[in-house]
Amino acid sequence: MSFILDRNEDVLLVDVEGQLVVTNRQEFKQAVLDAVEQGARTVVVDFTRSGYIDSSGLGALVSLSKRVRDAGGDLRLAGLNEDLRTLFELTRLDQLFPLYPTRADALAAR
Amino acid sequence: MTGSAAQRPATDAPTPITRRWALASDVTLIEPVVETIVALCTGAGFSARHCHLNVPVAITEALANAMLRGNRGDRSRSVQVRVELDTQSLRVEVTDEGGGFDLSGLQQSPAEADWFEREDGRGVFLMRTLMDRVESAGPDADSGHCIRLILHRTS
Repeated sequence: MSFILDRNEDVLLVDVEGQLVVTNRQEFKQAVLDAVEQGARTVVVDFTRSGYIDSSGLGALVSLSKRVRDAGGDLRLAGLNEDLRTLFELTRLDQLFPLYPTRADALAAR
Repeated sequence: MTGSAAQRPATDAPTPITRRWALASDVTLIEPVVETIVALCTGAGFSARHCHLNVPVAITEALANAMLRGNRGDRSRSVQVRVELDTQSLRVEVTDEGGGFDLSGLQQSPAEADWFEREDGRGVFLMRTLMDRVESAGPDADSGHCIRLILHRTS
């Protein structure tokens, strides 16, 4: 898995490519936390180019959601395909994260 | 890491495909094994949903659990993986060297109070939700602790 961070003032866009799983969730989480520490408040994670997510990846997102909220911001997810959306629905985590069809929708939301 | 595949004889009845791996407890070894199993399922006619979600996520959970929980992340401890696949079902057995746990007593559910707060503790839920059957066996001196995952192609 690789991810690209694009920071513009207080907005952080994270483009995930590949699987968000046990091998890489810590690196992903730390990268986002570092950006939040430096002032990012709106965090959009774009899964358009990603594969599957395991419970470690979901856990990292849950943890990040709380940390971003505690910093006064919010974490938004975008670009989930039908399988990923099903995963979030099965785990009820679609109730925790705002889910958007595209990164543009996520960035535009208030 | 080792693997082997059974040869299919020239009969009308399809022979199950069997693969085995012996893995060190290194989570970086998980993804290639999962990819191989997914490829086998694709070839056997499992649905796209099974191949893109159920199989890779559930097997990743089982292997990670075996390595990190069962073997406590000790790279000197091994995880044995056995896959049996035919036109009707996928059967995966993951065996670690740990003391095991009572799977029936480990209930994870979105109804739990801290489900939306905690970072860990969704792996067993995912295995149970994405597979048709999840069973545990052992531990015993000969075979360690085994988790068995079964998915029917038509489910």
